[in-house]
Amino acid sequence: MKIDRRKFLKMAGFTGMGLGLSAADMLFKAPAEASSGHSAVSTAAVRRAMVIDARKLKTDEDYKRIVDACHSIHNVPTLIPEKDTVKHEIKWIWTDTYSRLFPDQVNHYHPEGFKQKLFPLLCNHCEHPPCVRVCPTKATFKRPDGIVQQDMHRCIGCRFCMAACPFGARSFNFIDPRPYITELNTEYPTRTMGVVEKCTFCSERLEKGLEPACVEASNGALVFGNLNDPESEVRKILKTHFTLQRKPELGTMPSVFYVIGGDEYAG
Amino acid sequence: MLDKALKGGKKYWTLVIVLAAMSGVGVITYLDQLKTGLGITGMSRDVSWGFYISQFTFLVGVAASAVMLVIPYYLHHFKKFSKMVILGEFLAVAAVTMCMLFIVVDMGQPMRILNVILYPTPNSILFWDATVLNGYLVLNIVIGWATLHAEKKGTPPASWVKPLIYLSIPWAVSIHTVTAFLYAGIPGRHFWLTAIMAARFLASAFSGGPALLIILSLILRKNTSFDPGKEPIQAVAKIVTYAMIANVFFILLEVFTAFYSNIPGHMHAFEYLFAGIEGYGKLVPLMWTSVICAVVSLFLLIPYKFRENENLLIIACVAVFVSLWIDKGFGLVVGGFVPNMFGTVTEYWPTGKESLITLGIWSIGFLVLTILYKVAVSVREELGTAKSEH
Repeated sequence: MKIDRRKFLKMAGFTGMGLGLSAADMLFKAPAEASSGHSAVSTAAVRRAMVIDARKLKTDEDYKRIVDACHSIHNVPTLIPEKDTVKHEIKWIWTDTYSRLFPDQVNHYHPEGFKQKLFPLLCNHCEHPPCVRVCPTKATFKRPDGIVQQDMHRCIGCRFCMAACPFGARSFNFIDPRPYITELNTEYPTRTMGVVEKCTFCSERLEKGLEPACVEASNGALVFGNLNDPESEVRKILKTHFTLQRKPELGTMPSVFYVIGGDEYAG
Repeated sequence: MLDKALKGGKKYWTLVIVLAAMSGVGVITYLDQLKTGLGITGMSRDVSWGFYISQFTFLVGVAASAVMLVIPYYLHHFKKFSKMVILGEFLAVAAVTMCMLFIVVDMGQPMRILNVILYPTPNSILFWDATVLNGYLVLNIVIGWATLHAEKKGTPPASWVKPLIYLSIPWAVSIHTVTAFLYAGIPGRHFWLTAIMAARFLASAFSGGPALLIILSLILRKNTSFDPGKEPIQAVAKIVTYAMIANVFFILLEVFTAFYSNIPGHMHAFEYLFAGIEGYGKLVPLMWTSVICAVVSLFLLIPYKFRENENLLIIACVAVFVSLWIDKGFGLVVGGFVPNMFGTVTEYWPTGKESLITLGIWSIGFLVLTILYKVAVSVREELGTAKSEH
């Protein structure tokens, strides 16, 4: 076949265009996502989700049980009590007030008691996770069932995911975490210095048919299930209660929902 | 040609030894960080990027600014830049080298850095940034070396150099655009989420980089036989002037949008940086220094009578450089993290060790620059073309 200059340029042009299009396609689609866009809802068979019914969390003990259940089995180091290590704190699930969870939905006239009320915070396992979008090595990725997972052996510790997460859900191992583990759980890996970690919705427990540790310890305040199954318990609660997601305006579509309550303070 | 770097006078060797010693201190301190972790820095869970990433961001701009000499010289045949264009290209080489080192020292697991190539991830802007930066480094080494070598031989550069030079122009724009995209595409950080981020980056790059180039040219003129000539310096000064005006204008646009819209998230970072919030205001004196330097520089740059006076010009260039270094090499990154995602404040300040590592990388960069400039100056001294004909 004789290829003259004109023909060659034409072919080269089309090839270039094709490459450009496929690159653009890859650029704007986060991996393992069927579609992007604000309104796109997952059509996967399973999308793991959690509803936190804050009305059922009352005493300090209620909160402590949840946090401890998670941190103890996942070998999360305790860096809080020592003053100089507070900045290097690692947390997968913790508690804070309404105004910290929902800083854009606060008004000055909330009941005083409500202002003090604590809510659990954890990774939202977003439908469109910005952390996955920015990770340069796919060390953090979204599983088909919606869980945003992290490969501790691939993470290069660039912390782009921490900058990108709008929920402050990620912690970085600024120092070797192992000396700060209170009681080592030999069933679960510890982490090395220089990697980012966060909640995994207890993927290791789900594999065994167990519920996440925080859910199990919550006496029914935390409910876990399949958001894409209309008959699941999470969907039943979402159908019958007014719930909030954190920062919905950012389009990440969190999989953690909050039943805020607050009526008891209204008197 | 590299042999030229091995023969030098007392001044040259003193500079090389001082820079090498400072680099050494940086390397030794880095070994400590490698062993005990990034906990030796001032970074935290809330401010998870600090000095290293801000220096990287600033220096990408310095690297990109070489294009401000390449465009007039190669596209508009502005022959007066013939002496200076190599300085721009070699400055780009040194700056990109520093950029890469800052990325490496910022990593928690630097030995895994090749994972970026092993698992290429096109949806990550960092992947593209690594790609364009490496490409830009290679382009500038090849172009700078090939043109200087041709000059030494007294022949025009090889024909394959020209296409590379043309390629380097959009490439320079790309490195800073992609670097801006690292920030401008992140949801939830209002200070960074702005469509003019890349434009701001380019404006600050095209004023800060050439300002540094003027300073370096005047240092070379004072200490070596190299003289780029008065006119080229004035031409670069004009570039600095207009780019600095654009840069200040862009920042004012950000201020208008934040405060006229009155949206709290958009105002918070500015409030923290320039006034402090809830009693936290470590960066306030620095940010106002940046503002004052910017005003002083414009006052000295805009009236051409001031600008043509080289004594005033050098003050203006230092003011531009300091202003932009604070703004981009510190405030921009930290401002994005304060207040944090919960609306509370965790402050950041670099530690001593972090500063030593930072200084060490700047020293390595300037060591590379010194050696490259020495080669360029020596080649021209031999040819007898070091002085510009007035």
